[in-house]
Amino acid sequence: MSSRYAIPLLAALTLVILVVLGKLLPAWCVFLLVTAFAKGLAALGLVLIIRSGLLSFGQGLFYCAGGYGAGLFMLWGGVHDAALLVLAGGLVALVLGAVIAPLLAGYRSIFFATLTLALSMLAHGALTKADFLGGSDGLNLRPPSFIGFQPANSTESVYALYVFACILVVVFSLACRVHFNSVRGLLSLAVRDNEIRVEYLGSSVRRVISENFTAAAFLGGIGGALNAIAVAHIDPELAFWTTSGEFVFVAILSGYLSVAAVFASSIALEFIRSFSSQYFPNAWQMSLGIFMLASILFLPNGIGGLLQRRKKRMKGNKPA
Amino acid sequence: MSVVLEARNLNKSFGSVVAANDINVTVNRAERLGLIGTNGAGKTTFVNIVTGYIKPDSGAITLEGRDITACEPRVITKEGVCRSFQVPQLFLTLTTAQNLAVAIGIAQGQAFSPYATIDDAMAEAIDALLERFRLGDYRDQTVSELPGGVRKLIDIAVAVTRKPKVLLLDEPTSGVAAEQKFALMDIIMSALDSDVTVLFVEHDMDIVSRYAQRVLAFYDGRIIADDLPQAVLENQTVKMHITGTAG
Repeated sequence: MSSRYAIPLLAALTLVILVVLGKLLPAWCVFLLVTAFAKGLAALGLVLIIRSGLLSFGQGLFYCAGGYGAGLFMLWGGVHDAALLVLAGGLVALVLGAVIAPLLAGYRSIFFATLTLALSMLAHGALTKADFLGGSDGLNLRPPSFIGFQPANSTESVYALYVFACILVVVFSLACRVHFNSVRGLLSLAVRDNEIRVEYLGSSVRRVISENFTAAAFLGGIGGALNAIAVAHIDPELAFWTTSGEFVFVAILSGYLSVAAVFASSIALEFIRSFSSQYFPNAWQMSLGIFMLASILFLPNGIGGLLQRRKKRMKGNKPA
Repeated sequence: MSVVLEARNLNKSFGSVVAANDINVTVNRAERLGLIGTNGAGKTTFVNIVTGYIKPDSGAITLEGRDITACEPRVITKEGVCRSFQVPQLFLTLTTAQNLAVAIGIAQGQAFSPYATIDDAMAEAIDALLERFRLGDYRDQTVSELPGGVRKLIDIAVAVTRKPKVLLLDEPTSGVAAEQKFALMDIIMSALDSDVTVLFVEHDMDIVSRYAQRVLAFYDGRIIADDLPQAVLENQTVKMHITGTAG
């Protein structure tokens, strides 16, 4: 099979498997996967930034912007279609990201990370005080429809949302995978490795970083919008630093080499958090910390690095 | 012969250290210039000013008559002045082929298309460059795993992807074993197109004698000799300050 078609076919197959799996899993598990996918999309955006050698501690800002964009589009605009809501959320975050990106593109390392964190916390503070947006309590949303289909009960609604989330995950994963393999994808890694050489080849490092940041904002917005319609609620906590911290956790656990690893890490985080809070309600953060420590010690390049190593080994074992 | 690059009255100081003192140079198309001088003489400062890394305190650089003094390095690169570095500046986590793919992608304007892949035409261009620089054996090896001499070649191969008018090589043989220097320079010089103007910084006078058509000798931020290699190397001031062979 030509490698050109291998990735799209794999994506289609993954979508079919996920959709079928959703029918077999209990509703609570399906819902957990939807929230994991929402966070995975935002973390995938963060991975785009990490690939150019920077770390944002403010991805929650765009997650929040996406959530509020979708929520207000529903409450003020009267739109209920999930696809339109997610698109609206993504676009709101995209515009916000495009405005901020050029300002941040001149900063590096801790300065970049701290500025993104500061902007995110600024948004959190402003939303907390904005009574017309529900203040610190936020706003409740109504259940969405899916291209004209209105689920009759909560089970149908969760499954429909899950299928919708699966489509989003597969589409954006496919886009990111193809992008990672492209020359532009390599250019991000080149910026990470050596900015001087990139400039001396005639390219703009600031432009690379701005574009990656804006794309990351869009993915953060898509994830935030998906989360908002899944939990039917938006509040300023979406922009709080702990939310951004979760995306950093997922991105570190996954590494920057694999798209699938991002969602695997996000699912792992959601399940660990869910089970830990059930069985160790007073110490679930500790179990999360232990998990994080273990992943940094034993998987320095994340789950993606592990997959890459295995792939290389398999290639090496193949007869010439 | 047409003038491709011209430096007029270049001055640059770092505090009390004068790194460029009224430098005036005219470089003709397709010339091969050797830049010699002791450490701190101003050779690399000159290269850095020409490529936009450092801005001069006064003076001007023109490329084919256009003033490029105030331009950013990437603009100067786009205008056709490319360089390699004393310490190769490469993308260490990428393979040799990927390093060239990035360079070719930027040169051909494909680097900002989010989904432009390494197609057959680009793969051919990569392979042609690898062959020219005899790097075929290292195609899929990560650059961080390669020896210094190979990295030097990749650094230059990456620099020529834009088909430069002027190529500046900062100490192309430094850090390479003495017995491999000529072989390395042979590969470099044979890989370059004949119409490319080359300025190379070098400490080894045998290399300069063999590969330069003209030599600029730097001392204390000034050019103290500008002539054919043999004439410069026999110049008493050059012998006294640079080669250390004065009688």
